[in-house]
Amino acid sequence: MKFLRDTWLVFSRQMQLMLRQPVWLIVGVVQPLFYLLLFAPLLKPALGVQTNAEAYKLFVPGLLVLLAMFGSLFTGFGLIAELRAGVIERSRVTPVSRLALLVGRSLRDVVSLLFQAALIVVIAVGFGLSVGLLDVLAAFALMAIISLMLSAFSYAISLKLRSEDALAPLLNTISQPLLLTAGILLPLTFAPTWLKRVADWNPFSWATDGVRALFAGDPGADSVWQAAVVVGGLTLITVVWASRAFAKGVR
Amino acid sequence: MIETKGLRKSYRSRAGRETKVVEAVRGVDLSVKEGEIYGFLGPNGAGKTTTLRMLATLITPDGGEAVIAGADLLKNPGEVRRRIGYVAQGGSTWDESTAREELVLQARFYGIHKAEALQRATKALDAFQLTEYADRKTKTYSGGQRRRVDIALGIIHGPKVVFLDEPTTGLDPQSRAHMWVEVRRLRDEGMTVFITTHYLDEADALCDRIAIMDHGEIVTEGTVDDLKREVAGDVVTVGVNGAGTKATELLRTQEYVRKIEENDDHSLRLYVDEGAVAIPHILRVLDTAGVELKQMELHRPSLDDVFLTKTGRSLRES
Ligand SMILES: Nc1ncnc2c1ncn2[C@@H]1O[C@H](COP(=O)(O)OP(=O)(O)OP(=O)(O)O)[C@@H](O)[C@H]1O
Ligand SMILES: [Mg+2]
Repeated sequence: MKFLRDTWLVFSRQMQLMLRQPVWLIVGVVQPLFYLLLFAPLLKPALGVQTNAEAYKLFVPGLLVLLAMFGSLFTGFGLIAELRAGVIERSRVTPVSRLALLVGRSLRDVVSLLFQAALIVVIAVGFGLSVGLLDVLAAFALMAIISLMLSAFSYAISLKLRSEDALAPLLNTISQPLLLTAGILLPLTFAPTWLKRVADWNPFSWATDGVRALFAGDPGADSVWQAAVVVGGLTLITVVWASRAFAKGVR
Repeated sequence: MIETKGLRKSYRSRAGRETKVVEAVRGVDLSVKEGEIYGFLGPNGAGKTTTLRMLATLITPDGGEAVIAGADLLKNPGEVRRRIGYVAQGGSTWDESTAREELVLQARFYGIHKAEALQRATKALDAFQLTEYADRKTKTYSGGQRRRVDIALGIIHGPKVVFLDEPTTGLDPQSRAHMWVEVRRLRDEGMTVFITTHYLDEADALCDRIAIMDHGEIVTEGTVDDLKREVAGDVVTVGVNGAGTKATELLRTQEYVRKIEENDDHSLRLYVDEGAVAIPHILRVLDTAGVELKQMELHRPSLDDVFLTKTGRSLRES
C-alpha cells in the first residue's frame, strides 16, 4: 500500500517534470521519423520488397525495439544528475519506500517510450503500414517490459558508478553488440551461421523476432511466446537485482 | 534528544595503487538536550558532515551507537527518519522544480496527505520569506534563497530534531543574520537544532552549547561561556610606549600571569585568571619599573582562543 502510494508520488512527479521539457518529445520522435522517412526506402532492395508498406512491416518492429533499448538504457544519466543535486539524498532521509524511488522513475520511462512508440506506429500507418490493433498492443506490452528492464538496470548501474564519465563508455560497450546482433535494422536472414548463433544469446534478438511476427499478423507464432518468456524472465531477474542494488545504494 | 557513544567511521579511498584509510570520525560521544541549539565547530575535514550523515541514517557507522529522539539509530533507522530533518551541506533543490512543488512532495514523502501538504508548504514558504518566488524554478533563485528552501524542506514535516550542515556558508552577512533568526525560531517552536559551522562568531551568537571537532575527535564540549572561561579567566591587553621587551620580561615572572604574547602592534596579551585582580598588580609592576602605559584593555577570550588552546592551531589558519 505504502509502496504503491510512494511509487505513484515519484512517478507523477517525474512525469510532471518530463512534460515540462518538450525537448524529450522532439528528440524522441524526430529521430525515429528520420529512420522511417530516410532509411526505410533504402531497405526496399535489401529486403527484396516492392513497396514502402512492406518494408515498414519488417523495419518498424526493429525500430521499436531499438527505441525501447536506447530510450531506457541511458536514463541513468538523469539519476546521476539528481544524485549530484542532492535530490536523492534528500529523499533518502525521508521514510519513502526505496523501491518506489526506482520503480516510479522506471515507470515514467515506460510511459514516455510507449508514447513515442504509439506516435511512430501512427505515422507509419499513415505511410501505408497495415497492422492489427491487438497485435500492436501485444508488441507494446513486450516493449514496456524491455523498457522496464533496461531502465531499472541503468538506474542500478549508475548508482554504483556515480559518474557520467564511467557510465557512458560502459553503456556504449553493452549496447553496441546487443544492437548489432539483435537484427534490429535488418533481419538476420542474410547473416552467416556463426552470427546467428551469437544472436541466439541476445534476448533482444528474440524480442525483435517476436515483434516482427506480431506485425506480420501472426500472434500465434512460436517467436511470440518465446520473446515473452525470454524478455519477461530477464526483466524479472533484472528488476530484482536492480532493486536490491538500488536499496543497498540508497539504503 | 541525541545521545551517541563511540560513533566511528572510516573511509577507504584509492590513490593510484595504494588504498588509504581515512579515519573520518573516531569515537564521538555526544549528548544534546531537548530544545537546544547545539553547535558543531571544526575546520575542513574534521568529520562534521560524516558525523551528521551517520546520525541522519545516510551512512552506517563502523561502530558505536546512538539514540535520536528516542529511536535507536542502528536498530530502528526508519523511526529515526520519521523524527528528524536533515539539511545537507551541498544543497538539495532540483533546478527545474519550484520551491512549492518540492515542499509539497517532500511533505508527502512523510505520509502527509495532499491538502495538508499544500497547507504546510504555504506556511513554510511564508515563514522563510519565499512566497514571492514560490512558483518560480529554483534555478532562478539566489544562493540565500536556495538555502532557505533547503531548510524549509528539512523541517516541513515538523521533526523533533533538525540537522543543519553549514546552513550559512556562502551567504552574505545580512542573509547570515537572517538565517540565525530562522534557526532561533525553529528552536522556539520546540525543535532541537544541531548545526555545524566554521564560523566562531556564529557559534558564539547562536549556540547554547558547542562541541569542537578536530581530526575526527571531539576536543572539547560545553557552553560557549564555560569553554571560554576554561581557557584562561580573562585576557588583558597592555600597550606600552617603546618598552615592550622590558615589560614582557617583568610581567612574565608574575605568578598571576598564565601566558604572555606579543601582538603584531607590539602590545602585550596577558592571559590571567581574574582580570579585576590582575590589573592593579600589572599597573604597580609597570609603574615601579618606570614603563609608561599607553593603553590597557580587559576582555574575555574568544572562541578562537579556545580553539587555539585545544588544538594548538588557530581555526582561521587551518
Ligand atoms: N566518501 C568519502 N570517501 C573517502 N573519504 C571521505 C569521504 N567522505 C569524507 N571523507 C574524508 O573524511 C574526512 C572528514 O570529512 P567530512 O566531510 O566529515 O568533514 P567536515 O568536517 O564536514 O569538513 P567541511 O567543513 O569541509 O565540510 C575528510 O578527510 C574527508 O576527506
Ligand atoms: Mg562538512
